[in-house]
Amino acid sequence: MNTQTISLQGHIIDSLILAKVLDTIVMLGGTFTLSEVAIGTRREDLSHATIQIEAPTTELLQEILTAIQPHGAVVEAEQDCAVVPAPADGILPEDFYATSHLATQIRWQGNWIDVLQPEMDLAIMVKTSPLSATMVPMGSVKKGDLILTGRKGIRVFPLERPKERDVFGFMEAKVSSERPHRHIIADVAKRMKTIQQHRKEGNGSGKVLFAGGPAIVHAGGREALAWIIEEGYIHVLFCGNALAAHDMEASLYGTSLGYNLGIGRSVPHGHEHHLRTINRVRALGNIQQAVESGVIKEGIMAACIRQGVPMVLAGTIRDDGPLPEVITDSIQAQEAMRAALPGVELALLVASTLHAVATGNLLPASVPTVCVDINPAVPTKLSDRGSFQAVGLVMDSSSFLRELARELGWKG
Amino acid sequence: MSRLLMCPPDFYGIEYEINPWMRVSNQSNGDRARTQWQALTQVLEKEIGVKLEFMEPVPGLPDLVFTANAGVLHDGKAVPSRFRHPERQREEGHFIDWFAKKGYEVISLDAEWDFEGAGDLLGFPEFWFGGYRQRSDIQAYERLSTVFQKEILPVELVDQRFYHLDTCLCPLSGGELLYFPHAFDVYAQTVIAAHVEQTKLFAVPSSEAERFACNAVCVDRQVILPTGCPETMEWLAQHGYTPRSVDLDEFLKAGGSAKCLTLALD
Repeated sequence: MNTQTISLQGHIIDSLILAKVLDTIVMLGGTFTLSEVAIGTRREDLSHATIQIEAPTTELLQEILTAIQPHGAVVEAEQDCAVVPAPADGILPEDFYATSHLATQIRWQGNWIDVLQPEMDLAIMVKTSPLSATMVPMGSVKKGDLILTGRKGIRVFPLERPKERDVFGFMEAKVSSERPHRHIIADVAKRMKTIQQHRKEGNGSGKVLFAGGPAIVHAGGREALAWIIEEGYIHVLFCGNALAAHDMEASLYGTSLGYNLGIGRSVPHGHEHHLRTINRVRALGNIQQAVESGVIKEGIMAACIRQGVPMVLAGTIRDDGPLPEVITDSIQAQEAMRAALPGVELALLVASTLHAVATGNLLPASVPTVCVDINPAVPTKLSDRGSFQAVGLVMDSSSFLRELARELGWKG
Repeated sequence: MSRLLMCPPDFYGIEYEINPWMRVSNQSNGDRARTQWQALTQVLEKEIGVKLEFMEPVPGLPDLVFTANAGVLHDGKAVPSRFRHPERQREEGHFIDWFAKKGYEVISLDAEWDFEGAGDLLGFPEFWFGGYRQRSDIQAYERLSTVFQKEILPVELVDQRFYHLDTCLCPLSGGELLYFPHAFDVYAQTVIAAHVEQTKLFAVPSSEAERFACNAVCVDRQVILPTGCPETMEWLAQHGYTPRSVDLDEFLKAGGSAKCLTLALD
């Protein structure tokens, strides 16, 4: 993509000059981002707009610039970004640049370079040899790290519409319990098949990320999810102590939080089952050993272990046990989740508020994301926290997983 | 009392072609031009009571007669024009000298941008319109707006025959506006319509726009316009103005009329 930032100053609002310039950009086949608009407060005050123009070719970009310059558009001279060393470990310099989860470039000694792995609300660290720019959380910064400050020499690219004409093409975080689910689930399945096919053919290493909560087990989605994992459609799993514990409880006792999954009734002393399960796994060493020793025979955890799907289990305050794999330091858990993200091309966030919001906010905007929850507040919260690319699906997790599995070929 | 600057047409003639009206082959008649110009001064001075000031004509500067293009004067400040065509750039020094001699604070624009004075910048007390694309650059209005502390709405001129804003737009003292819509792009047409009440807006018919009906001088309720504009005169009369027509055809040969021949000094 070829881009150029221009500025426009004067009485550009009432005179429709701004509208004319923007219309001209679009009519000629370019796109724009209004990066800054300052409107004068009094009638005689001037207004100012900074516009980032994008065009598919340099020729078209030049044509657009030629067309808009007579209307007052001034091509902004490009400047290098500014960096300041971090004053201490875990402290960013004043005026640090706060990132978005959109693709970002910085200008260093005259060249634009990509900032790796976009994520919202981080800082940008520059390394000079070899030259690289990465997004870093505040807490990981070390004294002396070069941190980007101010707003010069930075460009942020708006989300491009994906080439696929599916539900993600609309890129709208509209959450509704009213809209039909079927075609959304079919689109998700199609993407999962494509990613799996590319992996099988060896021409892609894209991953499908699944983040889920224990309601999947309670509500009866376990069997379908385990099948999806066994078939190789999931490549990273994020969850907490509970999903793993209740999944393995189901394997050992046929219950989930004490309810018999077959007959749907609580069984005597059933509330202890998940504690006994956790204790058993702790005694065996960890989940992997519990599966490999044959104690845990089936289910979500067993499928992940058998398929070699990396799991990040992040702890919460009142976790029972927890299971040995659970990372109880939340910053360490965040790091582990972040480390598992490169390559993720589709994210499914199902039946978990905490894991959905955490995962969603770790993801770049370019990753198609579906947030499924029976409670519309969850996808709404996710989009309110900035993950605007997430498609919200208000439905029961079990229905979602069963329908998704069927779309993928499950006969259950 | 209104004051206007004029320049006798002693050296007026069609010596070059810098707009579609000018044809060297269609030369003006010197005597007739002088008679028409004098008739205009008569109407202004005797009938309307305007105080006229005169510039010294200069040989070799045929268009010095069009004083509207000298610059813009307001609040004791003068911003002289920077002409687009070299033929008229030679006028600039004479206008600057006159402004300085009369005690105006002369403020020069950045040499990078063209601006052709009151020919392209006119409006109401609350805001001004600035014509651009033909003779003036839009960038000039940013600076002019700061100098005069005025809102200036740039409007794009798209018809070469109406190369200055004062050839296709004329604000009147009561807030009414005469204009020729087709001289403007659609954005400018929208802006003009949004800034003037519909009942106060008169779209001059094309036959009268070509006679330069919009190149009129308005002093209080008196409007002086070229001959051959009956519909515009009727509209003016219906809206409480006293229209007076003056034959200025010799100046139309150079693409100018009543307004182009005067510069408001207030």
